[in-house]
Amino acid sequence: MSGILNSSIGRKFAMALSALFLMFFLLQHFSINILSVFSPETFNDVSHFMGTFPLVQYVLQPVLIFGVVFHFVMGFVLEIKNNKARRISYAKNNGGANSSWMSRNMIWSGAAILAFVCLHFYDFWFPEINTKFIVGDMSGLIDPNNAESGFRYYEELQHKFVDLWRVVLYVVAFVFLALHLLHGFDSAFQSVGANNKYTKGLKRFSKIYAIGIPLGFIFIAVFHFLNH
Amino acid sequence: MDMNLTLKIWRQKNASDKGSMVDYKVSDISPDMSFLEMLDVLNEQLINNDEEPVAFDHDCREGICGMCSLYINGEAHGPDRGVTTCQLHMRMFKDGDTITIEPFRATAFPVVKDLIVDRSSFDRIQHAGGFISVNTSGNTIDANATPINKEDADDAFSAATCIGCGACVASCKNSSAMLFVGAKVSQFALLPQGKIEATDRVLNMVKQMDDEGFGNCTNTGACEVECPKGISLENIARMNREYLAASLKG
Repeated sequence: MSGILNSSIGRKFAMALSALFLMFFLLQHFSINILSVFSPETFNDVSHFMGTFPLVQYVLQPVLIFGVVFHFVMGFVLEIKNNKARRISYAKNNGGANSSWMSRNMIWSGAAILAFVCLHFYDFWFPEINTKFIVGDMSGLIDPNNAESGFRYYEELQHKFVDLWRVVLYVVAFVFLALHLLHGFDSAFQSVGANNKYTKGLKRFSKIYAIGIPLGFIFIAVFHFLNH
Repeated sequence: MDMNLTLKIWRQKNASDKGSMVDYKVSDISPDMSFLEMLDVLNEQLINNDEEPVAFDHDCREGICGMCSLYINGEAHGPDRGVTTCQLHMRMFKDGDTITIEPFRATAFPVVKDLIVDRSSFDRIQHAGGFISVNTSGNTIDANATPINKEDADDAFSAATCIGCGACVASCKNSSAMLFVGAKVSQFALLPQGKIEATDRVLNMVKQMDDEGFGNCTNTGACEVECPKGISLENIARMNREYLAASLKG
């Protein structure tokens, strides 16, 4: 078992596990965000629970951050290693004849998603951490001194999607996310050794997930831009 | 109709030479010729002009030995599917075409001369575990005496059709050898004779593959498409399972 991460298959397996975890997280994130379209109150309640429940804050959140950092760092490490495996490029290479654009450009769609994650952290995560752990306001209220003011989460979400440029950036990022998932979803299953009679069905489901989830996030961003 | 073609071919005097693409013209090429026969015509022309002929690998010329390689117009073994370069016909090209011919590119496949690459890294992977230890003293049990599930026998046979040509490595954007190693691991892992040494086999072969400097598989599937023998990606998934199980045991 020792040194499994030093092997090509071990690294691939670890990359796939972090991908599966992140895809599960993405589904959970979407499930909560879509509530903001249908019921601001429910969205506020669930957001407050997620933002204050100790298991989520002190166990799942660090695991998530580790998963995100690991996936990005390992992605770049593998890219560097793979580039070393072919030091002289082909004068003519017809990659489109045997593989999808998405599969050949995971590093670029991944880099675009990384840039988006930085923006997303700047928009939501850093202010949230500041409010809770630096200012020390765990109330989740718009006015921490007034219990009647209501939770701040829905208002903050809407406020972020006032600017058109931000909505455009989010939409572009979700397109890259879709491109990344279109290869990454079933690729993760192949990497953990799951290629069997269910693979065809899995590939069909992966397309629904890879397009459906980013499209849902785009819908949420545009909805709040139009309804703020 | 016979064809006139322009060939852009990688010329490299030896392993340490820098190498470059050189243009050649060939005339009156029959569409019924194989690609290697077209190169024979070029070489005859070069020899008659007191020029150095183009060095390229070939042996059986019937798609079995895996010697012929060549990256033709951006694809391993050229634009046809399920064929080696020796089985590629000139009818796949048109009169007036420019054809780019390069050696298989991978750090683990260094160029020896022109279009010939050293694929002995594959041999070393095989030596690391691509075999079963059988007593051949005369008491060997008839293979047919061991019942084998038909599906497993078929899958093992499919994996065993890999000729080790290296098209998978050449086509992979990461120069990964996982389709080759996956096929070699699978052909034994599926059969009772291969199960005894299965743990050591997969660990040793994967270690050798990594030591040779092949890249990491990112599941683009290019290897499966370009493989002249249609080796399936299922073999890579099986190798992954075998490797992970062996790592837990070991």
